[in-house]
Amino acid sequence: MPAASPDHLPGNPALSETPGGRLITESQFEVSFDSVTADTVADEITPHRVVKKLGVGFWIAVGFLVLLTSMAILAPYLPFVDEPNATDFLLQAEAGPSYEHWMGVDAIGRDVFSRVVWGARVSLSIAALTVAFGLAIGGVVGLTAGFYGGLYEKISVGSLDIMLAFPPLILALALVSFLSEPGTQNATLFTVTLTLTVLTVPAFARIARATTLGFAQREFVQASRTLGATKGRVLLRDIFPNVVPPMLSFALIVVAIVIVGEGTLSFLGLSVSSPTPTWGSLINDGRDYLDSAPHISLFPCLIMFLTLLAFNYVGDVLRRRFDVKEVSL
Amino acid sequence: MRYVLTKVVQLVIVLLAVSFLTFSFLKLLEWRTGVGPEIAILGTGVGNEEAVAEVRGDLNLDDPYFVQYGRWLGNAVTLDLGESYANNSSVSELIGNAFPKTALLMFYAMFFSLLISVPLGIISAYRADGVFDKVAGTTAFGFLSVPTFIFGVLLVYLFALELRWLPATGYVTFTENPWEHVRHMILPVTALMVGQIAVYTRLLRTDMISTLQEDYISVARAKGMPNRRILLKHAFRPSSFSLLTVAAINVGTLIGGSVVIEQIFAINGMGTLIVSSIFKRDYLVIQGCVLIIAIVFVTANFLVDILYAYLDPRIRHARSVS
Repeated sequence: MPAASPDHLPGNPALSETPGGRLITESQFEVSFDSVTADTVADEITPHRVVKKLGVGFWIAVGFLVLLTSMAILAPYLPFVDEPNATDFLLQAEAGPSYEHWMGVDAIGRDVFSRVVWGARVSLSIAALTVAFGLAIGGVVGLTAGFYGGLYEKISVGSLDIMLAFPPLILALALVSFLSEPGTQNATLFTVTLTLTVLTVPAFARIARATTLGFAQREFVQASRTLGATKGRVLLRDIFPNVVPPMLSFALIVVAIVIVGEGTLSFLGLSVSSPTPTWGSLINDGRDYLDSAPHISLFPCLIMFLTLLAFNYVGDVLRRRFDVKEVSL
Repeated sequence: MRYVLTKVVQLVIVLLAVSFLTFSFLKLLEWRTGVGPEIAILGTGVGNEEAVAEVRGDLNLDDPYFVQYGRWLGNAVTLDLGESYANNSSVSELIGNAFPKTALLMFYAMFFSLLISVPLGIISAYRADGVFDKVAGTTAFGFLSVPTFIFGVLLVYLFALELRWLPATGYVTFTENPWEHVRHMILPVTALMVGQIAVYTRLLRTDMISTLQEDYISVARAKGMPNRRILLKHAFRPSSFSLLTVAAINVGTLIGGSVVIEQIFAINGMGTLIVSSIFKRDYLVIQGCVLIIAIVFVTANFLVDILYAYLDPRIRHARSVS
């Protein structure tokens, strides 16, 4: 490690905490990731001691997420979840919460709770697909870039960095508008997933590359090399398994970011088309009745907030365990 | 000086790449729709050969691709971003009308979020793991899980509809009526800045905790220097650099947030312009907005990098040593 490297200076370590740690300039980026191996980072920077127990909050958050996900998956079969567009004609429109309708009904008598559950299907499946693609593409690019280096690394890292020159939501809006098919007012599931994937790849690639660089210098990798292991074997057997845990804990935080991204797009009316409910469109549609029937908008807000909080919390606990730096989209 | 020069070269490369990508959006449109951009812009089913030929001419579509890019870039440099075919005015005129409102919104949000989070961060770091720190930290973590649009909706519900303290929508310029301007800006700026405050407070806290463990702080303490002076003069100064960098990066988040906020509070800024253009399929306006926003974003980060090096000689020297 060069003596003059700025990471030993007081100002710099917190750059790793950069929540919007995008577009970190090359010099800072090189220094903060290349020359520091994973364990020195853990010793010097992380102010929190490694958490031994996961804690009650962690399990509550996990429980909430499991409940939400299973309800979303089983929505068509659950007795207490109606069809999202089924109308209760017996009830007054905009009626508040009751035993029949836990979160009340909306302006045309549709059950808000059911629509939130069906909305979770859209939000969670887009998030899951996006993160899976982002992990796969970003992981492969980052691993190979960090491992092989050279011109390939420069080009791949450089071209991913260019994407970070666009503010994320602006790039999402541009991609959604230029990728949507003519004649359809709203972008399809495919367009939204593709757009959000494009946005997540640079962050995943960055983490994968940084972790790879950290492990490439470790003794067991050197030993493996000395014993005559081929490059492919070192990459797959020695480095890859170590890159997975931090990537996965980071992926949970990205899930939250993607849910916000999808929510924002559908709030603006640019995601999967209505009558299919999504969280963003539920909140947006409910805005018109905020005065007379606030529950139409506020219950989806609450569920979305709890979901994001749970993902962030679980991700944060795991991240502290595996010590991934916060590099968000 | 060498540092500045490398940064300038980097800036030029990034700007060229960004403009090329933005230009290529029309190619993306062609790939997805299967028709030329002139058809996509005019809308399907338009049989008007003359109009199609005119748009083809406007976009130089008969030239080779890189010549098209060169011409487009040349026009963009002179602020000619093409015509809005849906609005019958030039793209730069539309952006010129919308940009100041967004810029002001973002400026307020940036200014007040820093103003609020600096003391919060310093106190949290000074009494790390104390009651104030715990409360502030938990609140910040919670606020980070609230998307901007939810915050906007909640503020409208609470302060505009329930309490009726502040107007829910609209924009009044300062020169028109300063009092109404402030009243109309409070809710959008608050919605925009809450997430930022959470980010800055957390950042400053971690940063200052590590600074406060440095030897020179102990020396200052040993000399009997008052705490206030140590915190502000010795500890905050180095931490303010990373705050500055993150603030510049967060300009991107702020732009995204203001798109949503402008929709909720009916402010005719860049965000409203982009979203309405998406629905009108007014592609050149979207392209122009994206280009301008990306340039502003990249340039802001460049300026902060330069400022950072100017304020902190370690950055300049780190380069020349290695």
